[in-house]
Amino acid sequence: MVSKNLVELRGLKVAFDGVQVLHGIDLDVGRGEAIGLVGESGCGKSVTWLAALGLLPGKATVSGSVRVDGQELIGGPRTVLEGVRGKRIAMIFQDPSSSLNPVLRVGRQITEALAIHRGLSGDAARAEALRLLDMVGIPDARRRFELFPHEFSGGQCQRVMIAMALAGEPDLLVADEPTTALDATIQAQILDLLIELRAETGMATIFISHDLGAVSQVCERACVMYAGRIVEQGTIEALFDNPRHPYTRGLFDAIPRLDGPRERLIPIQGTVPHPRDLPEGCAFSPRCSHAAVDCRSHRPDLDPLADGRLLACHHPVGQVLADTRRNAETRVMETVS
Amino acid sequence: MTAPLIEARDLVRTYEVRQGMFGKVTPVRAVDGIDLKVMPGETLGVVGESGSGKSTLGRMLLGIDPPQEGQTFFDGEAMPKLGTPEWRALRAKMQLVYQDPLAALDRRLTIAEQVAEPLAIHKLVPKEHRATRVAELMTAVGLRPDQADRYPHELSGGQRQRVVIARALASRPKLLVCDEPVSALDVSIQAQVVNMLRDLQEKNSIAMVFISHDLKVVRNIADRVAVMYLGRIVEEASSDVIFATPLHPYTKALVSSVPVPGKPLKGRMILQGEPPNPANRPSGCAFHPRCPLATDICRTSVPALRPVADGRTAACHLVTSADQPVAA
Repeated sequence: MVSKNLVELRGLKVAFDGVQVLHGIDLDVGRGEAIGLVGESGCGKSVTWLAALGLLPGKATVSGSVRVDGQELIGGPRTVLEGVRGKRIAMIFQDPSSSLNPVLRVGRQITEALAIHRGLSGDAARAEALRLLDMVGIPDARRRFELFPHEFSGGQCQRVMIAMALAGEPDLLVADEPTTALDATIQAQILDLLIELRAETGMATIFISHDLGAVSQVCERACVMYAGRIVEQGTIEALFDNPRHPYTRGLFDAIPRLDGPRERLIPIQGTVPHPRDLPEGCAFSPRCSHAAVDCRSHRPDLDPLADGRLLACHHPVGQVLADTRRNAETRVMETVS
Repeated sequence: MTAPLIEARDLVRTYEVRQGMFGKVTPVRAVDGIDLKVMPGETLGVVGESGSGKSTLGRMLLGIDPPQEGQTFFDGEAMPKLGTPEWRALRAKMQLVYQDPLAALDRRLTIAEQVAEPLAIHKLVPKEHRATRVAELMTAVGLRPDQADRYPHELSGGQRQRVVIARALASRPKLLVCDEPVSALDVSIQAQVVNMLRDLQEKNSIAMVFISHDLKVVRNIADRVAVMYLGRIVEEASSDVIFATPLHPYTKALVSSVPVPGKPLKGRMILQGEPPNPANRPSGCAFHPRCPLATDICRTSVPALRPVADGRTAACHLVTSADQPVAA
C-alpha cells in the first residue's frame, strides 16, 4: 500500500533510562514538502528524527510508529531500516567537520556512499561523485576530490556533507541545524543551496533550526516544539503573521530586530524544564504570561483550528477573526488569575 | 570632550603559521593596523566572519596578546607588559567574557567560590565580607542565592554565562570585553542575557567591547559598530545608521545575509566564495575577490579607512560620501 504521505510519524515516543523525553509526535511529511522544526534546545527537535531513523543509543526506548511509504520502521528488521536510512531519508548535522572521517579523502567518502546506496563503483562512482560535488557548488571539484576534510572550510565541509546525503538520491533530507556553525555570509549560501536542491530534485526537506528567519526561507510549514511535544503547527504565513501559542509568540518576540527602533529585547522568562520534572498541566505554563488556573492542572491537546493550524493551548494569544469575544474572556481570566 | 577609556593605535598582531609539517613558516597578520577608541560607558560592537581577527583584537585590547606594532592606552596610560604586576593590577579593571562558559568555569569549584576568586586575587574584599558581595553579585546577574553551592554542570547554559558575568563584574571593571557571549544560547535565553548586560552596563557605567558575528544582537546592544574583514576595520559607524544604510559592500553583504522572517532569500545580496585565508591575503582591497563591484583600482591599491560622513568611516574606493552609497 502506498500512502499519500512520504513519511508518517504516529505517537512517536522516546525515553532515556525511563525518563520520557518525547511525548508522542504525530507528523506527516508530504512528497517534496519542506517542514521546519523550531524550539529551544532540549525540546526534542533532533531526537524526533534520530529516533525515527534508529540513530539513538541503546539506552533509548522508542515506541510509536514511523512509516515511510507505508512501511513501518519501528520494531522492524534491521534490513528495512538500512534500506531507508541514508538512502530514502538522509540526514545532515550541525558540525560538518565532525561528521566527516578525517583520515579519508573526501572523494572516497562520497564514492563509499554511492557504493552502498546505489551500487556504483570505479569510474561510474567517481563521475557521479564529481557531479554531486559540482551540484553542491564545490569549485574545482576534480582537483579537490583527493583532498582531506581538514583542507576544506566549514562551509565547504557542509557542502560535502550535503553531497554525501544526496548520494542515495533521497526522498527526504533531514537537515539538523545545518547552518548554525557557519558564518553569516556562508549561512546564506547554504540556505540558498538547500532551496535550489529541493527545487531541482523534488526531495522533501525537514529543516531543524532555532533560527526562525532561516526556517521561514526554506520551509512552507513549521512545527513549534516544546518539552517533547508539538505545541503549534501551521503554514509559515500563519505562524509568522499571527502566532497563537504564547511560546511561538515568545520565540518571535525574543529575536532582536535589524530594522526599526532599537528596543529592549523581550525574553521568555525561565528555562526549558528538565524532562524528569515536567510541570503539571501545560509544560510551558510556568514561563507563560498568559497561563491561567486550568493551564497548571490539565494539559491542552493539539487540536486543529478553523484556519487549518494545530494548536495546543487553552488561552491562545493573537487574533482569531470571528473569535474576539473569547479573547476578551481570556484576558479577563488572566487578570483574575 | 571626555578622554577615551581605551584607545588602540595602529595595532598589529602577526602569527607564524607553518604550512604543512615541513613547510615554510609564513607570517599571518591576524590584526593588521587597527585604530579604535572606546569612551567610558560606551559599547562598541565588533562584527566580522571567522578569521577576521575580531577575537584577537579583543585579547589585544586587554593586553593578553601583546601587539607587535602599535600601542594600547587604558585611561590615558600605556598598557603595561603582559604578566607584570602593573598589568595584573590593571586586569581587575578590564575583564573578558568568552563564548563557552563551561570552558571558562572550573568544574570542581562551586559557583560561589568562583565568583569570590577575583575578590581574593585582587584583595578587594576582606574574607568576612566576601559572602555578602558574592550574594550581591549573584542577585545582580539574576541567579538565586540558593544556587551558590551548585557546580557548573548543574546549571543551564544561560545560567553558566550569568556566573561568568558575575565573576567578571566582581572586581568592578571599567571595561568588559565580551567575545561572542550569547552565541551559544537559545534566542529566548539570549534576550535575557543581553538585557541583563545592558542593565548592568548602564547601572555601573561600564564600557564594553561586544564581539559577535550576530548582527541583530550587536545592533541591539552596541552604540557604535566596527566591521572587520581580514584583520582590518572596513567600516565604522553608529549602530543606528550602519545597518540601515551600510556603505561598504561587505557590510551590505553582511546585512543582506541575515535571514529576516517572511522575506525571501532571492533578490538579496548573497556573497559568493569564502572568506579568504589570512595567510594568503589578496592584493589591494582584501575584499575585492568577493566584491560584486570591484574595479581595477580595488585589485591594486589598499583603500584607507577614512571619514565619509559625520562619525562614519569606511575603507572602500567606491564610497565617496554617505550621500552616495555604493549601488549593489
